[in-house]
Amino acid sequence: MNLSVKIGTLTLQNPVTVASGTFGYGVEYAQLIDLNQLGAVVVKGIRLEPVRGNPTPRTVEVTSGLINAIGLQGPGVDGFIRKYWLFLKGLKVPTIINIWGKTVEEYAEVARRFDALGGVGALEFNVSCPNIKAGGAQFGTDLKLLSQVVSECRKATKLPLITKMSPNVVSIVPYAKAAEEAGSDALSIMNSFPAMAIDIETRRPSLANVTGGLTGPCIKPIAIKLVWEAAKAVKIPIIGMGGIQSAADAIEFLMAGATAVAVGTANFYEPQTALQVVAGLREFMQQQGIGDVRELIGSVQTGK
Amino acid sequence: MVEQTVQIVSNERDTDLYFRLVVRAPGIAPLVQPGQFAHVRILPLKEALLRRPFSIFQISGDTLSILYKTIGRGTEVLSRMRPGEELSMIGPLGHGFTVPQPACETPLLVAGGYGMAALYLLAQRSPQRGVVFVGGRRRVDILCEAEFRALGWEVRVTTEDGSHGEKGLVTQAVLTELERRAPGRKLFACGPTPMLKAVGRLAAEFNLPAELSLDEHMGCGIGVCLTCVVPIKAGESWEYQRTCTEGPVFDSREVVWEAGE
Repeated sequence: MNLSVKIGTLTLQNPVTVASGTFGYGVEYAQLIDLNQLGAVVVKGIRLEPVRGNPTPRTVEVTSGLINAIGLQGPGVDGFIRKYWLFLKGLKVPTIINIWGKTVEEYAEVARRFDALGGVGALEFNVSCPNIKAGGAQFGTDLKLLSQVVSECRKATKLPLITKMSPNVVSIVPYAKAAEEAGSDALSIMNSFPAMAIDIETRRPSLANVTGGLTGPCIKPIAIKLVWEAAKAVKIPIIGMGGIQSAADAIEFLMAGATAVAVGTANFYEPQTALQVVAGLREFMQQQGIGDVRELIGSVQTGK
Repeated sequence: MVEQTVQIVSNERDTDLYFRLVVRAPGIAPLVQPGQFAHVRILPLKEALLRRPFSIFQISGDTLSILYKTIGRGTEVLSRMRPGEELSMIGPLGHGFTVPQPACETPLLVAGGYGMAALYLLAQRSPQRGVVFVGGRRRVDILCEAEFRALGWEVRVTTEDGSHGEKGLVTQAVLTELERRAPGRKLFACGPTPMLKAVGRLAAEFNLPAELSLDEHMGCGIGVCLTCVVPIKAGESWEYQRTCTEGPVFDSREVVWEAGE
């Protein structure tokens, strides 16, 4: 049975990865799960400098979901390399590094730094974080800026480039095409959906940042549709994510057209989820007599 | 840190809105240090996704217990679960209290409400007995008083309505004690944030060391989601550290309360 898939030049032993920001730097989960059974480890977003992040409260639980406004707290490129790289480099599975910047130049510089590091599996560009004032979603919701940031990073590195798309656009199709044309090797679909919750006793927003990004099982149907639309429009592979908590969820994404998937918010409440998805996917393929996971990709039948 | 499915041994009402949960957790119980917590997935919650963090109250062989108050959906559903039912638990988690060494400072414990739960193991494992100051709004908010006395600790109770012990705030009783200016004391506190801030101020005023166990909203409990951060001194400035990982217990001199306001 073949479970392996390719994202650009990067081969994953299976299509199950984790979503940036839900898995720290991998090491936090090492005592609870065997990281070497994942398709890849994807780390939390990193820019050049350390980032303090937003004030608290930063998350609020809502029905079948979670709204967060962490603000990309992180150690910066140097802090990341010093604290986490030795551990990640020692894993048998590739590390995908999620990067962001406040300017196109910063994205490119971070890409150059990780290109020079050696041993990085791929870079994922966060052009879609709803929780920071400069950088993030402004790049993912402006076609010109999106093309610019992807093409500048393309020049800065030979590593596979994955663009993490914002769901907050009228149609994802032109954005997916723009990222592909500018040299992106793959797309991650999708980031969190802009959202808000109010505490009715205090009449205050539940988050200090007022608004945040919605994740968890409640966003899955939105993500499935975006993956399906983008998959018809581009040739590059798509990593599908949004509310996956079981193998069945992951298979839905594959059928919609995703080549790989990422488990996100579920890591917070059930650290075993990603490995359960791998096991469940294998079981499903066995039951259905499917020899190669690639047979599932885009296999949804929409005709009569 | 271990994740395991644990079975409920008992889940009984203590007083009023407080419950005592005992679970068989052979992978977790033997590892627990005072002040650590367990992150519990209450499976019948369904649409509420996150685990709930609870201080570990007592350990007995391969069982551990939790003393909790029903304050929301999670704890209400938990309070209706029966012996034999299962929970998913990750633990022990976090950086707990420093257990006093023989012949060092006399420990003074300060607890507000179910904050007592986080201090019990510390009192039990401390080679030195000291004084426990326990405060609550009413008599029913004073928990496990007899159990602390059974460990040989002096217990001083305060209630805001005067229905049990002295009338007033627990920190007033602590102040009265500190004003005796007996040498060699250390404070350990767990309770609501205003109480912890007051204990921090007392520690600074009397130049005493203090360890505070902070109670923040938590997401993953293992250091990745960055929900439970608090401002902690870092060089000349401060940084957000995680209550679940660097905490829940912090040195009171390190907590930069004003940065979070």
